[in-house]
Amino acid sequence: MTYIPHSPKERDEMLATIGVEKLEDLFKAIPAAHRYPDLDLPPALSEMEAATELSEISLANETTAELVSFLGAGVYNHYIPAAINHILLRGEFYTAYTPYQPEISQGTLQAIFEYQSMIANLTGMDVANASHYDGATAVAEAVNMAMAQYRDKRKKIVMSPSVHPQYQATTDTYTQFSDIDIVGAESGHSSTPEALAELIDENTALVVVQYPDFFGRIFDYTKLGEAAHEAGALFCIVANPTALGMLKTPGEMGADMVVGEGQPLGISMSYGGPYLGFFTTRQEYVRKMAGRLVGESVDSRGQRAYVLTLTPREQHIKRERATSNICTNQGLLALAAGVYMSLLGQTGMRQVAELCYHKAHYAAERIATIPGFDLCHSEPFFHEFAVCCPTSVDEINAHLLEHGILGGYDLGQDYPELKDHMLVAVTEKTSKEEIDALVEVLSEVNHD
Amino acid sequence: MTDFKLTEAPKIVEPTIYELSSPGRTGVTYPDPDVPRAKLPDELLRKVIPLPELSEVDVIRHFVKLSTFNYSVDSGFYPLGSCTMKYNPKINEDTARLPGFANLHPLQPIETTQGALMLMYQLQEWLKEISGFDAITLQPAAGAHGEFVGVLVMRAYHRDRNDNKRTKMLIPDSAHGTNPATSAMSGLKVVQIPSDERGNVDLEALRAEADDTLVGMMLTNPNTLGLFDENVEEVCRIVHEAGGLMYGDGANMNALLGIAKMADLGFDVMHYNLHKTFSTPHGGGGPGSGPVVVTAELAQFLPAPIVAVVEEEADGLPPLYGLVDPSKTVGRVKAFNGHFGMFVRAFTYIAMHGPDGLRDISEYAVLNANYLLTRLRDAYHVPYDRICMHEFVAEGRWKDAPDIHALDVAKRLMDYGFHPPTNYFPLIVHEALMIEPTETENKGTLDAFVDAMLKIADEAHTSPNLLHEAPTRTPFGRLDEVKAAKELILCCWLPEDYGNQ
Repeated sequence: MTYIPHSPKERDEMLATIGVEKLEDLFKAIPAAHRYPDLDLPPALSEMEAATELSEISLANETTAELVSFLGAGVYNHYIPAAINHILLRGEFYTAYTPYQPEISQGTLQAIFEYQSMIANLTGMDVANASHYDGATAVAEAVNMAMAQYRDKRKKIVMSPSVHPQYQATTDTYTQFSDIDIVGAESGHSSTPEALAELIDENTALVVVQYPDFFGRIFDYTKLGEAAHEAGALFCIVANPTALGMLKTPGEMGADMVVGEGQPLGISMSYGGPYLGFFTTRQEYVRKMAGRLVGESVDSRGQRAYVLTLTPREQHIKRERATSNICTNQGLLALAAGVYMSLLGQTGMRQVAELCYHKAHYAAERIATIPGFDLCHSEPFFHEFAVCCPTSVDEINAHLLEHGILGGYDLGQDYPELKDHMLVAVTEKTSKEEIDALVEVLSEVNHD
Repeated sequence: MTDFKLTEAPKIVEPTIYELSSPGRTGVTYPDPDVPRAKLPDELLRKVIPLPELSEVDVIRHFVKLSTFNYSVDSGFYPLGSCTMKYNPKINEDTARLPGFANLHPLQPIETTQGALMLMYQLQEWLKEISGFDAITLQPAAGAHGEFVGVLVMRAYHRDRNDNKRTKMLIPDSAHGTNPATSAMSGLKVVQIPSDERGNVDLEALRAEADDTLVGMMLTNPNTLGLFDENVEEVCRIVHEAGGLMYGDGANMNALLGIAKMADLGFDVMHYNLHKTFSTPHGGGGPGSGPVVVTAELAQFLPAPIVAVVEEEADGLPPLYGLVDPSKTVGRVKAFNGHFGMFVRAFTYIAMHGPDGLRDISEYAVLNANYLLTRLRDAYHVPYDRICMHEFVAEGRWKDAPDIHALDVAKRLMDYGFHPPTNYFPLIVHEALMIEPTETENKGTLDAFVDAMLKIADEAHTSPNLLHEAPTRTPFGRLDEVKAAKELILCCWLPEDYGNQ
């Protein structure tokens, strides 16, 4: 089935108006040898058949709806209030383009302005942009921004080894053809802010840490931020927005940029995307920040209204002189996050954060009592923690899966020295019974 | 110019979510913890969370009200050139939200995600077949991200051959701004190649720049004038002879489905825009999805990971799909597995069209564009006037109406209930109006649009103020962009005395 509305009669009238006989006549500019190639694709399905086929494919997956999940590592299984999807399914939002024509795009523009405001307030920063692709690319853009700030005169980035490994990998990919030196790994996977501070020098453009870090630990980074600023470097904190429902803000710790993955804010896990990279900074750096920005103004009728602003920074005006090629944002996901924060408000955000915290601490406490299992770190943590296991994580997870449990993330994949270490995540959706079931099955593992 | 001098405070049409807030409200409740409360880290707690507080119904009404201020494909004709604003089928929204997809964590063991991996694998195969390329990555998050990946792959290819003097990228003057921005972001020198009088790449200028410092060339085909480059094979040959690679910007693939394969024409790399060609919704500015296809020679450099068959079908068991890293990969360009939700939509769309339906898309997209071109060319000057592909570029200016600009035509179209075409792009056309109707519009809609355009061309000469003052029938008038940039209000807050109300 197609969505082409032309009747044969209309088609012929249109061809006659154009002055050609048949549709093929419109394609004579294409080299004849390559025109109308065969497409080896399956024949078309009706909507009914497609619905069935897609449903069957989806059922070939086992999801976090059927399994009890303790997987996190940057993507979290939070409850998504029903109202969000109903707003996202309004065609006025999801079938609109980028709001380049503000007179007929005030819905999108005001929603983004409110999203920017809520993200800025949540992180304790002055301004947020309209979003990047995801947490990983937001970190890469932060590096980009720091290099631009120092006009490439400073060449070093101090990157904490406990920033999400995929964010580190993405940053490496982005910078592979430049002469930037990214240091930090030598401080050891579980390095502290003090150890990172040692690496900062006059050549450092940016210091990047994660909060809570990849292992779930929470540090007060205030002193690290001071050390960065003393050396004239910028300071970026990669934050989990759920944790900011209760924790001291990165803004209070002196961050110049706060970036991160917005998926926990009402966005479905959807096997990896689309998600939302949030990006905030201080007023003084706003012109250096990539990405779209919505600002408040008025229209010709004296009404308050919103418009994309500072566009001269962007690629469609600056072309090869733009600092980033970013063109889209994650508009619809920013809307989802905005609706999520609006629904939860101060109370809900705090409740979710505390539920995650209490349940994760219950889980950690229980797991630590199982012979052979230990908590890897002693620092305060939020809703995720590293567990040292008596055998390989693969083996344990295979056993857990037999009991309908998705085990934690195998840290040995990214940190060879953390072989047999599992990263366990708990959210407000995880019940005490589920945690107890995990503990019970883990206990069996040890007895095997 | 519009006069924005205000004598009183601006009128508020819809308050911000902050202005609707009242202390103590919430739109969602959670149960009390079913575990003992742990000690909170007092020194690490925040004191206030200055977010708005509303009930669910307040939130719904606010966002529904905002939605009514938007123009969208669901509400009307959206002939925005180079954006392919076609209808977004409703079934795609349902399939993408199936619980078996929506609730999948990206780091689950592959044994539990075979449905998702099979879908991605199949989509990879289809996108390769449609373009004629040998290998693909689905990872890029958008068109510009796909371009970045493509340029990284091109550079990795030269680096792998120890051919390190290549730092120059050729880009036609008609190109999207992302092409030069991407090249510059990748540390390359950008050299602009002019277009000839038929809108093709100027071959003489190209030959003059085709030397051994060439990384390659980025070419959109059909180009942003909506024209198929008549010398495309020669362009590819010249670039290849200089040792460069040809990058195809697939922004305009809606013209070529089943019509021509980009690999057959001589391209080495191309990105798709699933949000244009394969109808995944634009979402008010994203998410997009920009898969990149390459020739066999470049496959080893693609970003990681890629979906592959890791265990062949055997003994009646289906194949096992998994994620693999190409041997000389440029690395990871984002976290996890790409915009999976967009893959489900594109998969549904391609499955429902089949090979003939895909060709119909391009044939009717081109039919619609040529129909509009034919009916408008007498009233609007079309500088590169020949049979167009899926879009064309007219001028929004007349010698005998010197005060009228493309912007005025665009704004007046809103008064007639249409979204305007892209204006001021491509840069090589003065006062450009870039019109892309797509295949999903019927003749009646196109005729109504033509009527409006002809009326506006007439008004431009007879009552130009109607254009200057437009739009007047929309909920908002023209915006004061200078004030926005000068005052730079990018954030709103709860009032200072909020808690004391």
